[in-house]
Amino acid sequence: MSRMEFNSPDRATKVLDGLYKDMERRINSSLYGLCPVEMSKAFLHMCHAQSCGKCSPCRIGLGQLANLMDDVLSGKADESILDVLAETAQTIMDTADCAIGYEAAEIAQKSLTGFRDDYLSHIRTGKCSFTYGQPVPCVTTCPAHVDIPGYVALVREERYADAIRLIRKDNPFPTTCGYICEHPCEQKCRRNILDDAINIRGIKKMAAELAGEVPAPACGPSTGKKIAIVGGGPGGLSAAYFLQLMGHQTTVYEMHDKLGGMLRYGIPNYRLPKDKLDNDIKVILDTGVEVKYNVKVGRDVDVKSLRDEYDAVLVTIGASTDKKLGIEGEDAKGVISAVEFLEASGCGGGESLEGKKVCVIGGGNVSMDAVRTAVRKGAGDVAIVYRRRIADMTALKEEIDSAAEEGIEMMTLKAPSAIIKNEDGTVKGLKVIPQMISEIRNGRASVKPSGEDEYVIPCDMIIVAIGQDIETEAFVENGIPVTKWNTINTKPSGDFDDIPGVFSGGDCASGPATVIKAIDAGKVLAHNVDQYLGFNHKITCDVEVPAAEISDRVPCGRVNLTLRPSFERKADFEGVENSMTHDECIQEASRCLRCDHCGYGAFKGGRVKEW
Amino acid sequence: MVSLKIDNKDLTVEAGTTIMEAAAKLGIDIPKLCFLKDVNEIGACRICVVEVEGKEKLVTSCNTAVEEGMVVFTNSAKVRHHRRTLIKLILSQHNGDCSSCSRNQNCSLQTLARELNVHTNPYRKELADNTWNKNFPLIRDTSKCISCMRCISFCETVQKMNVWELTGTGAQSVVAVSHNRDITAADCALCGQCITHCPVGALSERDDTEKVWKAIEDESKVTVVQVAPAVRTAWAESLGLDDSHATMGHMADALKRIGFDYVFDTTFTADLTIMEEGTEFVKRFSEGDTKDLPMFTSCCPGWLRMIKAKYPQMLDRLSTAKSPQQMFGAVMKSYFAQKIGVKPEDMVVVSVMPCVAKKDECTMELFYEEYAGHDVDIVLTTREMDRMIVTAGIDTSTLEKIECDDPMKEITGAGVIFGSSGGVMEAALRSAHYLITGTNPDPDSFKDVRSTREVEGYKEAEYHIGDITVKAAVVNGLGNAEALIEKLLAHEVHYDFVEVMACPGGCVGGGGQPIHDGQECATGRSVKLYELDRNEKYRFSHENPSVLKAYEEYFEAPNSHKAHMLLHTTHRADKF
Repeated sequence: MSRMEFNSPDRATKVLDGLYKDMERRINSSLYGLCPVEMSKAFLHMCHAQSCGKCSPCRIGLGQLANLMDDVLSGKADESILDVLAETAQTIMDTADCAIGYEAAEIAQKSLTGFRDDYLSHIRTGKCSFTYGQPVPCVTTCPAHVDIPGYVALVREERYADAIRLIRKDNPFPTTCGYICEHPCEQKCRRNILDDAINIRGIKKMAAELAGEVPAPACGPSTGKKIAIVGGGPGGLSAAYFLQLMGHQTTVYEMHDKLGGMLRYGIPNYRLPKDKLDNDIKVILDTGVEVKYNVKVGRDVDVKSLRDEYDAVLVTIGASTDKKLGIEGEDAKGVISAVEFLEASGCGGGESLEGKKVCVIGGGNVSMDAVRTAVRKGAGDVAIVYRRRIADMTALKEEIDSAAEEGIEMMTLKAPSAIIKNEDGTVKGLKVIPQMISEIRNGRASVKPSGEDEYVIPCDMIIVAIGQDIETEAFVENGIPVTKWNTINTKPSGDFDDIPGVFSGGDCASGPATVIKAIDAGKVLAHNVDQYLGFNHKITCDVEVPAAEISDRVPCGRVNLTLRPSFERKADFEGVENSMTHDECIQEASRCLRCDHCGYGAFKGGRVKEW
Repeated sequence: MVSLKIDNKDLTVEAGTTIMEAAAKLGIDIPKLCFLKDVNEIGACRICVVEVEGKEKLVTSCNTAVEEGMVVFTNSAKVRHHRRTLIKLILSQHNGDCSSCSRNQNCSLQTLARELNVHTNPYRKELADNTWNKNFPLIRDTSKCISCMRCISFCETVQKMNVWELTGTGAQSVVAVSHNRDITAADCALCGQCITHCPVGALSERDDTEKVWKAIEDESKVTVVQVAPAVRTAWAESLGLDDSHATMGHMADALKRIGFDYVFDTTFTADLTIMEEGTEFVKRFSEGDTKDLPMFTSCCPGWLRMIKAKYPQMLDRLSTAKSPQQMFGAVMKSYFAQKIGVKPEDMVVVSVMPCVAKKDECTMELFYEEYAGHDVDIVLTTREMDRMIVTAGIDTSTLEKIECDDPMKEITGAGVIFGSSGGVMEAALRSAHYLITGTNPDPDSFKDVRSTREVEGYKEAEYHIGDITVKAAVVNGLGNAEALIEKLLAHEVHYDFVEVMACPGGCVGGGGQPIHDGQECATGRSVKLYELDRNEKYRFSHENPSVLKAYEEYFEAPNSHKAHMLLHTTHRADKF
């Protein structure tokens, strides 16, 4: 008989592989607020189950760590158990033979240091200090806490206008977010446990497309209060919208001749068609917002006079300038920041790049916007030059993939060291030092020089997309504090200790972030300004959400939005993303598990009806 | 050569040396539990961890080779701390009923816990379920097992019997009989090497001492004890006796004081075995029976269990002679019983053996005239006899050298060396020479077949006796035996006569011998046997006056009908 056989997985192996994937999705969709000690114990049991049993630290130690945690949870321990836990974890970390053991012990150690207060709470009071308190995962993880199950259910019933009304209770940019929201709501979607997250952004996009014109709700009676809002980006406009609904009169000071901030000047048209943005802005302005265009605070008007003239001042100036590379030759002609480049060319304007070789430095979403815009402007060779690997890029995967499809070269592991100029001062090329990937530091792979020779990438234009900065000078002069990262240093509530009536939020306070975070900042600011002015207005929506359907939750694939073919889309600035079909939209909306109605939602109520 | 620093001392060692070996050269004994040289160097217990400068994690010294410039600390605060925690973790899953454990005060875990000053344990006690067939000669107590994996590795790599395995994973992982078998169905050879290589009391022989005490206390029974040759080399190791007081004669005194009515030396039947087996070999050889495959010795029951399990088709290659233990029992219950006028059923024959498999071998049935029972009734290991000596309260310093009882007090050096690998072959060749040529050879002329546990593979020798040539091979260890059988079956080699002993080094290294964790004692004990042989009055089995008298008075002649009835047997695979 032949002794060797081909490998073919047996049934149990296949089932186990399936279960591993099930668990992976389940863990990925775990919410915050769960008891961290209980969760750590469960992780240790899981890790222990992976032990082959050869070595004592792993075979015995992991189980005993879980036992010790069990003693903490069951109130059998005093505080000395924390030392035993720490020492046991350290012994396993230092003596286990393989990663199954030492990495598991590290989980215990991180748990002990990260949740020490909760361990103490269990030991001293017999209770967990964490509370769950979040019935609906998508609502919890949406920074603006939009009623997602509500509008998904409305879309399912084809009540698109009602869906838009419900979204606007928390977010006055439903159309914009339908196009470009980073959709953190999908990360913890409980549907992940079954198959895959609901395509929430896709559904919202459909709602916005199919709803037609939906007017803003009526504003409340005038309070007579006047509020200045510096900066007409998503944060400022959201605050303006909600403050108008409350009955205050807002005035937006906008330095450009149009509103929208980075939505208009940073995000290219092919990702967010500007007529779609205008739809959202129109509804916001319809609530009675006054706008002063082409006025820059610090240049045309100062903070002090605003404070004198208005009952409150909101600073929502965003992060609108660029960061410098700080390398030799950066002053060459043809070196431009991504902010400037996208403002000029993001909608197809600016000079043609026909035949030019363009390098974009950086690996974030702005870099992807810059390279794809450069391609659309007719540039010949377009490359991203990035210090790390594609896997380390901070841009969304879809953006990186789309850029690659459009023919962009990804030159990774190249650290720019100098810009080489022609005699006339124009860019000749980008000098780079080849890098190699190295140790993980602070959760991210670092790089170090590979030892290969420096060389020059010949190019005519260099776009720098290594981050954005905030123009804080005018505010610092008026006593508004900034952090060492040059962000406005507010309290978490957006106000300042010694500057009554002045508030700030959004990118200028948090550093460059996402549109939905800016919208949430606008929401928080509106609420806190209202309270500051002595009111307690409620923002509500009277749309009734359909009851949850009783249906079996049969696993079903997620509908992903498709893109126009790359050869076609890269030739124009029109929107790149296709919509769902009607059937796809209804099917996708029907996949919602209705966490507002089931589970903890039924217990605590799945809906915040007013804020 | 590699230069390094251990505990602030510089040294230079050969490349490939482990940190543990290098430290030993400086007299530093790094604590260890699972390590077994060449057999189990797997770093499972992690007790031998040491700190290497510049490395955050500790490394196991047993399986990490030295590196140039390495700076090692074998007993730093970090090392001590982690070792203590590891010992506590191991103790949390160890049944620490030390006072009633057969390994009390001879337990590496107990010693380590004492050395590391462990008095308290913060961990939950978790003892594995312990169900075992207590009638089987090999006893396993899972609740004491520390999963060092030595038994698995020894059985797999040295004996190639694969009885043990690490079963289950994670919290369920436990050492158990492989393939979910019951031990009785696991083809265990009962060599007992797993017992002598267990650092704790998880493995032991079935304790039969109570049965012996009962027989001694029973006035209606005549108790007879025989002691195997290898026992005399080791019995005193745990009793604190020097070599001059560790003789067979002193042991005979101890056995008499315990209360046995008659004390004999199995060496007598070793000589008898040579008469029977030697005669059988000469006959089979002359008839051409060994032209294809050899005749194998049959005195080792571990080997018999192995060949029955793995090569049942080769059972007819075994000598039909019973082992010395069984022959002795048969002699007792026939010749001797008749001589002292006792019915065989009123006689209890006990043997003291360096062996665990003998506890199984003695269940072989004996039918003789009206008697139906066993040749031997109870088998004790050397360890059990030692325990009985202690229990009997004997002050061993008062033991005197006495003779064994008549009519079997005479022994030869040829019988004594049965306890060592090669000894049976050498004794047989000495007498075969006489049988073939009618003259005695120089007794040391066959010393090339003397073997030890350190011999790789097996030993072979070719002897011209008269006008014939005998090709002999000697092998110890069941893994080695299997390899030799495969070569024989493939006709890569040919021998006429092959001696097999299951335990490395032979009976001196038997699974029933006293345990010294971390030491292999077989070779040293063999040296003692060969010294005894050199100084014996008789060095040829065929010259043993007691043996000659037994033939004259009772057994007539080697391979006679009566001898066949009592001293030979048929080996059957179904009688495992």
